[in-house]
Amino acid sequence: MSALPFLLLIGAVCAGYILNRVAAKSIRDRGDRLHSMTSYHGLFSALLILVPVLTFILFWLMLQGPVIDRLVMAGLPDGALGERGAGATQLVLAEIKSLSRGQVFGSPEEWKVAAASHLSQLHQRADWLLIVAVAALSLLLMGLARARVSADFRARQGVEGIVSGLMVFCSVVAIFTTIGIIVSLSYETLRFLKHVPLSEFLFGMNWEPQIPLREDQIAAAGAFGWLPVFLGTMVITVVALVVAVPVGLFSAIYLNEFAPRRLRAVVKPVLEILAGVPTVVYGFFAILVVAPAIRSLGQSFGLDVAPNTALAAGGVMGIMLIPFISSFADDALSAVPRTLRDGALGLGATRGEMMTTVLFPAALPGIVGGVLLAVSRAIGETMIVVMAAGLIAKLTINPLDSVTTVTVQIVTLLIGDTSFDNPKTLAAFALGMMLFLVTLMINIIALRIVRKYREAYD
Amino acid sequence: MNDMRKIERDVKMTDTKITARGVNVHYGDTHAIKDVDVDIADKTVTAFIGPSGCGKSTFLRCLNRMNDTIDICRVQGDIRLDGQDIYDKRVDPVQLRAKVGMVFQKPNPFPKSIYDNIAYGPRIHGLARSKADLDVIVEKSLRRGAIWDEVKDRLDQPGTGLSGGQQQRLCIARAIATEPEVLLMDEPCSALDPIATAQVEELIDELRRDYSVVVVTHSMQQAARVSQNTAFFHLGHLVEFNVTDQIFTNPQDSRTESYITGRIG
Ligand SMILES: Nc1ncnc2c1ncn2[C@@H]1O[C@H](COP(=O)(O)OP(=O)(O)OP(=O)(O)O)[C@@H](O)[C@H]1O
Ligand SMILES: [Mg+2]
Repeated sequence: MSALPFLLLIGAVCAGYILNRVAAKSIRDRGDRLHSMTSYHGLFSALLILVPVLTFILFWLMLQGPVIDRLVMAGLPDGALGERGAGATQLVLAEIKSLSRGQVFGSPEEWKVAAASHLSQLHQRADWLLIVAVAALSLLLMGLARARVSADFRARQGVEGIVSGLMVFCSVVAIFTTIGIIVSLSYETLRFLKHVPLSEFLFGMNWEPQIPLREDQIAAAGAFGWLPVFLGTMVITVVALVVAVPVGLFSAIYLNEFAPRRLRAVVKPVLEILAGVPTVVYGFFAILVVAPAIRSLGQSFGLDVAPNTALAAGGVMGIMLIPFISSFADDALSAVPRTLRDGALGLGATRGEMMTTVLFPAALPGIVGGVLLAVSRAIGETMIVVMAAGLIAKLTINPLDSVTTVTVQIVTLLIGDTSFDNPKTLAAFALGMMLFLVTLMINIIALRIVRKYREAYD
Repeated sequence: MNDMRKIERDVKMTDTKITARGVNVHYGDTHAIKDVDVDIADKTVTAFIGPSGCGKSTFLRCLNRMNDTIDICRVQGDIRLDGQDIYDKRVDPVQLRAKVGMVFQKPNPFPKSIYDNIAYGPRIHGLARSKADLDVIVEKSLRRGAIWDEVKDRLDQPGTGLSGGQQQRLCIARAIATEPEVLLMDEPCSALDPIATAQVEELIDELRRDYSVVVVTHSMQQAARVSQNTAFFHLGHLVEFNVTDQIFTNPQDSRTESYITGRIG
């Protein structure tokens, strides 16, 4: 039943295509010169039907449910709902819906049964209405398209116009989604700032988001200074980079310049597999293998090591970033023209000298761009740190201590029973906003550097 | 009388800088150079001519072992520089390339300053003892490359910012700065306009005083203008090798004649 409008649409599209194509052909057969090829005439008709009718169907299906629910609820006998709250009203509606599907629990009231049959009746009617509307609209558009077929109708331009319109629409969707995210984030952040002053949030040295949820609860007043949290993120990021940058770079250099071709054919795919490992798995690796190892190693030196160190979380995150950096560096190195390598070798440079004096400087901007993108990934990485980093915000840069990160705090603030009007939950949005701003800034810088580097050899 | 003749022969002997005997080159299954024998004389310009794909670049790259950098390339045969087998195990290709410099078809200045481009070779080979030394080498090389006047006020600017012709002369100057004994040039003028070409040709003629120069070229006129000896390659064979005048006025092989009169190409 619900597939019928779509089948109808497909039929109409095909019919429109054939109709216009045949019409155009007959004009051509009469001996007139067509401006556009006959297939463009067909396509024009097909697109002219497809786009509006499909939009219409989708909107209809989206609105049908809520509108009918409203109608049913409005049609209930007076006083049936009584003084119930919004939640209870939802329950009644759900009950009516399951009744209409034939699932009867116990013995429902008379008015609910009546409402249920009203509901299914409305749905049936709406389905038929949709089919009729689709048919009518399709016929109308088919007629419109057919009327335009003539020797000098610019069907190709028409098709190109519609297609480029569709492409614009698709890119606009992405942009508007981003804008929507920013707007909702800013809105919640502003609400948060009503509870906590901006200066305290930005420059406060304490992060203790435990506030009383009920009047009678005993808890601290809560402190919302993001600095210790952000510092934790930075510590873990730095640890991750210390692991990832040298290893990634050297593996890229080795693969690019020194590795025999057979080895390269094996190692490169392996690195790419490493990039595909889910971060949860890295998280397991961090808590089960790396953290205990670091702990026992540290203790054997007599060091005081926390069970969930920044070192473990950051180190494993670094492993996650290795393929990212090495593939960026590999691309940057391969982009250096072969003539430059030959030039250096031809002057009697060894491969190592060629690498360090010509190849590496020439590829440096691309490599830096890749590292910056890795930084913004490390800052935003969530799963590994949720599993392997701590929860308490501490103002420390000791990698053997336990630190928390912005993403961890966002997760812990938002899980569990929360209502969206106290500063504790709103703080998550403020943190999210800051994270967004920081990574945005880093990405902009990275993209600028990468773009500049692209121009270097043109 | 007898003595005189002996001396003359000795001069001829030492005059030969590079001797190649029975050189064969394969790229995988492609047989690119087939049994080539050639003698490159010192302090002369030798031109390699021949239709595209006949193996001129390949043979040129054998002379400084640049073919080593191509995985699938195999070189067989005997190539001697001053009597020393350059494919001998004891010869370091890196040192060989310092002695046998190369200029490529496409100008390839490093994305560094003009000064650093020229100083590149002297630095990696430790030719300069001090900064002042290096300055002297850079200026001398740029002068010999006939580009000093154009760049002397902007030595710290990137070499990639020069025009194509200037870049090519920069690359030649860069090759000279390493003080090679032989200079290989693979179509050095193919990216240049007639004026820059004339400058480079003049430069090549100049270089003949100190170096042995090998030039690959597609221009018969260029070969005739700058070279003393000419080698004609065809399908991997060295068809004819002789004094340039002879090749162009009185070719022995019919293929050479067809090529220089424009019938094969
Ligand atoms: N890197 C390579 N890999 C495989 N085959 C190659 C390679 N370089 C050259 N060849 C082959 O070797 C042969 C000779 O090539 P070469 O570049 O020496 O010709 P050429 O005389 O320099 O031509 P041109 O005048 O066009 O530069 C050609 O058949 C070419 O296909
Ligand atoms: Mg060539």
